[in-house]
Amino acid sequence: MKVKKILATLLIVCLAAVLCAVFVGCEDGNKKPTFDINDPEFKVGIICLHDENSTYDKNFIDAFKSATAELGLTEDQVIIKTEVGENNACKEAAYELADLGCDVIFADSFGHEPYILEAAKAYPNVQFAHATGTTAHTENLSNFANAFASIYEGRYLAGIAAGMKLNEMIDSGKITADQAKMGYVGAYTYAEVISGYTSFYLGAKSVCPSVTMEVTFTGSWYDQTAESQSATSLIQNGCVLISQHADSMGAPNACEAAGVPNVSYNGSTLSACPNTFIVSSRIDWAPYFKYLINSVVKGEQVAYDWTGTIATGSVVLTDVNTNAAAAGTAEAIAAAKAKLVDGTLNVFDTATFTVTKTADKNVNATIDGNGKLTGYMADVDTDAAYTADTQVVENGVFKESKFRSAPYFDIQIDGITLLNSKF
Amino acid sequence: MNRKHHEPLIHLVKRVEASQKLAWSVRIAAFLISFFLCAVISSIMSGRGLDFFFSNFFKGVFGTERLIWNLFHDTAIMLLIALAVTPCFKMKFWNIGGEGQILMGALGCSVIVNSMAGSYPHASVIVLSLILSLAFGVAWAVIPAIFKAKWNTNETLLTLMMNYIAVCLVDYFIKKVASSGTGILNFSNKVGLIGPVGNEFILKIVVAVVVTLIMGIYLKYTKHGYELTVVGESVNTARYIGINTKKVIIRTLVLCGVLCGLIGFLLVSATDYGLNSDSTVGGKGFTGVLISWLGHFNPLGIALGSFVYSFFFRGATRVGTIGRLGGSFPDVLCGVFLFVLIASEFFINYQIKFRNGDKIREYFAPVVNAFAKLKKRPAVVAASENNSTESDGGEKDLQESIKDEILSEEVTAESVSEEAPKEVSDSAEEEEK
Repeated sequence: MKVKKILATLLIVCLAAVLCAVFVGCEDGNKKPTFDINDPEFKVGIICLHDENSTYDKNFIDAFKSATAELGLTEDQVIIKTEVGENNACKEAAYELADLGCDVIFADSFGHEPYILEAAKAYPNVQFAHATGTTAHTENLSNFANAFASIYEGRYLAGIAAGMKLNEMIDSGKITADQAKMGYVGAYTYAEVISGYTSFYLGAKSVCPSVTMEVTFTGSWYDQTAESQSATSLIQNGCVLISQHADSMGAPNACEAAGVPNVSYNGSTLSACPNTFIVSSRIDWAPYFKYLINSVVKGEQVAYDWTGTIATGSVVLTDVNTNAAAAGTAEAIAAAKAKLVDGTLNVFDTATFTVTKTADKNVNATIDGNGKLTGYMADVDTDAAYTADTQVVENGVFKESKFRSAPYFDIQIDGITLLNSKF
Repeated sequence: MNRKHHEPLIHLVKRVEASQKLAWSVRIAAFLISFFLCAVISSIMSGRGLDFFFSNFFKGVFGTERLIWNLFHDTAIMLLIALAVTPCFKMKFWNIGGEGQILMGALGCSVIVNSMAGSYPHASVIVLSLILSLAFGVAWAVIPAIFKAKWNTNETLLTLMMNYIAVCLVDYFIKKVASSGTGILNFSNKVGLIGPVGNEFILKIVVAVVVTLIMGIYLKYTKHGYELTVVGESVNTARYIGINTKKVIIRTLVLCGVLCGLIGFLLVSATDYGLNSDSTVGGKGFTGVLISWLGHFNPLGIALGSFVYSFFFRGATRVGTIGRLGGSFPDVLCGVFLFVLIASEFFINYQIKFRNGDKIREYFAPVVNAFAKLKKRPAVVAASENNSTESDGGEKDLQESIKDEILSEEVTAESVSEEAPKEVSDSAEEEEK
């Protein structure tokens, strides 16, 4: 009996010791290590869906290269993995980068998220970050972060340039005010694109009240032929100005061929479209990359959900092409930009648009008798059933990117006609 | 006819039976040449030295334990795909629809998981999703087979087109069930999926080994395997010896569909934990056809081919990443690799003869003899033996022609169908015993 008791006591002591060790270990683990940015062993990696031939990925790759160069990293410290699909290959790519010694790993496509999340769980000492994702703020994993930018501000400014071009056409008698119809080539019918074209439309409407817009979707982020055909059919439909949210040169080239003005996205298309390119908005990821890498180097917690704005330099516009744009465009953009920065102008101000609610359209919206939006429940916290969980209209403004960096504005407002939908 | 006979500078002679030694030395040489060619291309493109290629290539394949698992996992998937289409090709049924058949299998699995996971027991969801995967795979394979058997339609076109239908069906399904997604269906919580067994790789490797063994036995030692080979050689012969060709075609495609369905199931339930029309199969269904050819429809050869291909692809991927050559670079290198390896079969099947071959041989005789002395082996005798076996290649019996022949398929098939029936019936009788 005595022996048993002694054994039991010993066992308990051992267990307690092990538990203590585990807790101490955990405490150590919670504290993030710091790094020397000039140490060749410190590496950063990026996972891209396509390569530089896609304007979307080029935007990331260019920003990644410039941000890391600015921070003093050598080319050997920066590993770029392109053409990584949104399947198991993404997870394997993340593991491979981690095994190559990367301390920061960034992925650029929405569909990469679940695989990056899995890799983040497997490599707790590596910081993972992911663009356009939605789950980091609910996952609460200290080494997994989401980021996006309020690109709707940039699109709003680009929309002003479009509206001014329409005004110029109306003033010169080329079209009547009723014929001020824009066309928009989108990729998919979901929040990121809807938020984009709506802000573009609202920007145009702020200077040209009679404007209407037709939107057509290609069902692909990169489909040169479909984007070109969509733009051409919109032009044949009577659209006098085209913009797009897809990654190939299909739409800009079709506009140049038809001589129709084009507001571009993700970078200048001036060299290919010297006569029709007006202006282009894009997200500049360099500020985020610098923030991300600096945080890791200093051992600080990276924000779970980071939204870059026009004020942080994350949303930028190219120079206005004076060959195609209306006179005074640059000045008008600068004035509106100042208002956006100081907060006196809100893109999704509910006073500037009306909403029609039907049985299968805008079901999560509440509107007053005049069609003005008074409330909207958005699906901010990702779940399988797309539950609308958060009230996002505050003080007469739809607060895009406030509750989560990735867009959730998916209302179909009046004045915009969807010719099809592609999910 | 009344022109003066003019012998061309070079003409090609079909080898009656290339020795295994020659065949393998040509293949190994082709592998080394393609490897070296890729090294040169990479070092030119990246502006770094050859050592850059070799060090990164091998690090990318064997660098860590996980990468080695990856290598065998990729091999297993490629092997399964190539094996699935092999019986069809052996039967000369040009099934280039492996891509779509696998995708349909993946769809079958996703349909069940999406509608039942969580509300029914885990095991029953897995079993049902496997069954529906197999059913979908079989459906996609057997439709062209029925058309071929009943109305002799062109199976190449039909299987190809059905790939696109499969892609559209998958897109449609994803749109229906995940309408605000990005064309991707995710089961990342793994409810109703097999998930990792042991580690994430071993299940598929085991399945691939088992399927390889079964396929090897099926093709070589069973009546089914024999029948589909005869149908492939000549439909008339098969009919003459009483094989029901329609039945054989449909049965073989059912087998292919079952395997494709199984692969689709494994991809969704044990690899990707999700479905996407673009990347779930990602063109591997077409590469599998090449690998099947490369392995001469011999399961062991296909296993070797899959391994070499995966080895090459993984190494090339790392070289492309570190050298910043773009994500399509490994495809370029693999294209070079496959091209050289498949082209090398030409030198196994044909001998190039020069007009003045004898003179050339005489000219080089001292060198050849010197080498022969070094090796203490009479090379000249060997050369003359080679000489004597050069006939016009027309007379072959079926036993020989069944053996791996890629480039001469059309020619021999015709000649065999004229001459061989009697012999075939003989050998069929033997088989009956």
